[in-house]
Order: sequence, then structure tokens, then C-alpha cells
Amino acid sequence: MNEMRPVYLLGAAVTPVAEHWERSLGDLAHEACAAALGDLPRTAVDALVVANALAPALQLQAQLGAALADACGLTGIEAWAVEAGGAAGGVALRQAALMIAAGAAELVVVLGAEKVSDVLDARREAATALSSDADWEGVHGATLTAQWAMLMRRYMHDYGVGAADFAPFPVNAHARAVANPAALYRFAVAPGRIAGAAPVADPLVLLDCATAADGAAAVVLASAALAGRFAGPPIRLAGSAVATDRLALHARRDPLWLAAAGQATALALRRAGLAIGDIGAAELTDPHGIAAALALEAGGFVARGSAVRHAADGRFGSGGVLPLANAGGYKARGDLLGATGVYQVAELAALMRTPGAPRATLAQCLGGVGATAAVTVLVRDDA
Amino acid sequence: MELPRHWRLRAARYRLLGARHRSTGEVVFPREPRHAADAWDDLPLSGAAELYSFSVVRQPATDDDAPPALLALVRLAEGPLITARITDCRADELTIGMPLEMVTRALRALGPDGLIVYGYAFRPLVWPA
Repeated sequence: MNEMRPVYLLGAAVTPVAEHWERSLGDLAHEACAAALGDLPRTAVDALVVANALAPALQLQAQLGAALADACGLTGIEAWAVEAGGAAGGVALRQAALMIAAGAAELVVVLGAEKVSDVLDARREAATALSSDADWEGVHGATLTAQWAMLMRRYMHDYGVGAADFAPFPVNAHARAVANPAALYRFAVAPGRIAGAAPVADPLVLLDCATAADGAAAVVLASAALAGRFAGPPIRLAGSAVATDRLALHARRDPLWLAAAGQATALALRRAGLAIGDIGAAELTDPHGIAAALALEAGGFVARGSAVRHAADGRFGSGGVLPLANAGGYKARGDLLGATGVYQVAELAALMRTPGAPRATLAQCLGGVGATAAVTVLVRDDA
Repeated sequence: MELPRHWRLRAARYRLLGARHRSTGEVVFPREPRHAADAWDDLPLSGAAELYSFSVVRQPATDDDAPPALLALVRLAEGPLITARITDCRADELTIGMPLEMVTRALRALGPDGLIVYGYAFRPLVWPA
């Protein structure tokens, strides 16, 4: 793999996360893509990789490569969409990075776009459940939220923790979203309010459940030749990895162990030449505290069964050892489904440009309950 | 018309037909393409189980799952873990580890074609040993 070329992050942009009643998938895609490209000539773009999870189910629209290249004014270029449920964004980033690393492209746009507000709640829940095993989970009425809830209840049973002990995760997410103008929910939530919120899928309550919303994010990746044209220390996509697990949650030997998340994290770090302790901030698939806890444990960030205790100690808050949800995470920025992985990387890149920011960060997104895991490691090459 | 995709799963859905490895004795459910006939024998499972975890689903994906629906991960006596609905009881009667038994229930009513999909569900053991 030594002959692979380095890949740089040239630009990134996101649209506000919201229920965009007046705007289509194409409208949102165009806004993010145009903002990320800035004044780069459109002729410099070699390819467009689209990340989306639900357009075929909700908009009855497939062939999103051509559809969104058209919407973005890039008609004619190589374009296609990646399908990996909620992991699509991370998988698309890796595919684009591989094209550049292999010398097959100099500049690739990764575009995450999702539009969920075109349908009512039940159809959205049904579409979200498409990531589960249709014959052995979906037919019994399993929803993604209910699956995380079952893992939470078992985790509470095995480790002797209560539902309220997961509150530091949504509390941190909401606190961090206040400063993010693109976030869905820009307000803080007091820890005491979480446990008393309305149940959604017991033991999960409303204030520990992310909301799916509309938005688009674009990241421009390029080779070293093009990256040198921009001011400031360059940010490099230093490593990426994708791993899979058994599709059905029940088919895994140990449902509380997100094996794909662990495998992809270790592999991406190794490809970046980094150790887990080098990561100074991270974004995870954290629609619920339990999801963050299991990803942290499988990823090797904390010991098994200890994530909730570390959260209480402030380890994952602003100023902690590993700040999470730096722009609000799934809970407060919003759940963009297939687009989320692109949002995560755009958010981390912005964070890495602020004074005192960490030099290395990691984004991890999951499809379903971790059947696909995609990890991206970013490194700022300080002079 | 989704008849074939449900019809071909009838043995697993109605009789919990799984498979057992001829030499190791490992039991799987459902039987998958990689469980080849030269090493795995069909095995109908007993339906005895215990509750691994559960949730009360208040935002269902379809009208067939009138809320609140009880969804569970169920550990079958022979070993496999499966996803199924819990029926004939209330959420406050459930505890992790409690014994369950299989029953057959309607899972889905598939629109104007009239197909009703039946399959396994579980309930607390009616006559504990």
C-alpha cells in the first residue's frame, strides 16, 4: 500500500439540518456542493460520489449519481451513489479517497444528501428499518430505535447501570450544538430532564433519541498537487476503513459488541499510522447514549462496560480526553442517515481549523445497528 | 404480491425449523445458505426460550404493530438468539431471563391481496415446570 498517494481535504460545507419543506433533495445537494467547491472551476471535478440511504424508498428516486450531478451542475462527470444505510457517508468518503490515492482522480466531491420530511412518521420508521434484516427482524416489527433500546436494557442488566446514567451523552450533544448554526436543536438540556421525558422505545426516552431531518453535506477531496493551492495547514484524510458484521442483530455471538465498529476503527488508525490515544476528538453514530457507549467500547476507546462511568466523569465533553458530538452529534445536530458521515467529516475539519484544536480526529458512522461501520481519520499537517 | 418470499420461509416461521451440525452439535436458526446439507441436518426447535432483552415499541413502522408492541430478543433453549414479538402479556410482567414459549400469531396483513403472514411469537410460559 506504500505506493498510495496522500489525500487532502480541500473544502467542506453543510446545509442547515431542518425540515426543509420548500426544498428538494436536489436543492439541498446543490447548496452544499456549491459552497464546498467555492470558486474552484467545476471542470476540475473528476467525480462525484453520493451518499444517501432512503431516496429510493422515500422519494422513489434511484440513480442518484446522475440525479445529483445534474442538480449540482456537474452533468457529464463520473458519478454514482453508495448504499450502506447510515454508513453510506463514510463508505463514500473511503471510495473517493481510494480513487485519489490510486491516481484515478485528482479531485472528487463526496456529497451526502438526505430528505426525510417528505413522508409521515410511520413511513420514515419503516424506511429506517430497511437497514435491518427484512425476513427475520423487519417482519416482526423491529425498528432501529427498538433495537438500540433492547441493547440498552441488556447493557443495564449486565453492568448494573440505570437509564439515567446514559444522560451525559445527550446532555453533551445538546450543549455542543448551541454553537453550531447548522444544528437541528440549538439548545441545552439539563441532565435531570432526560429521565422524565416521554418513552419512545423503553427504556429509551425522547431526550435520548435523535431526530431524523433533511440536509446535505459536501466534502472536496484532492491530491497533493491541488491541495498545495490553498492557504493554512492542510488537513489530510490519513486513513479510512469499512467493516461489516452479521446483518441481523440477533445473529451476532455477542449483541453488545459492535465488532464491525471495532474492526474499522483499528484498521483506519493503522492505515493512518496512529494509535487510539492520538485521537483528540471524535464523531460517532450516537442517536442514543447506548449507541455511543457500545461504539466507544468496541472501538477500544474505553474498557468494556465502562463507557457510562467515563461519560459521567466528563471524558467525552468539551475539554475532556475525547470530546464527542462536537457539533451536536446525531442527537442535537440531527440524524442525516446516509449523509451523516459526510456531515461528521465537515464538522471535524472545521473544528481542526480552530485555535488549540486537536491534530488528529476520527469519524465513525454505522449502518443499522452496526452491520456496516465506516471510519475516517483526519490529520492536520502542521508546518 | 409478496407470497413467495413468505411462503418459502414457512418451515422456519411455523415450526422453528433450524439445523444442527452433524459433528459439533451446533444448532442454528434460521438455516442459511452456508449450512450445507453434507454437514447440517434439519432440526425443529422446541420453542422453549428465555428473554434476553425487550422493548416497548411506541413508534411502529406499520399499522400491523399497534403500539405499544412488545419486541424482544429471545434465547432459544437450543442456543440461537432470535428477534420476535412478545404476546399475551403486559410490559410490566417481563423480566430478563424469564422462561418463554413459542406461539403462532399473525405478523403482517399484506394489503388488498389478502395475504396474512403468520409466524412465531413468544409468551411467558403458561404452565411453568
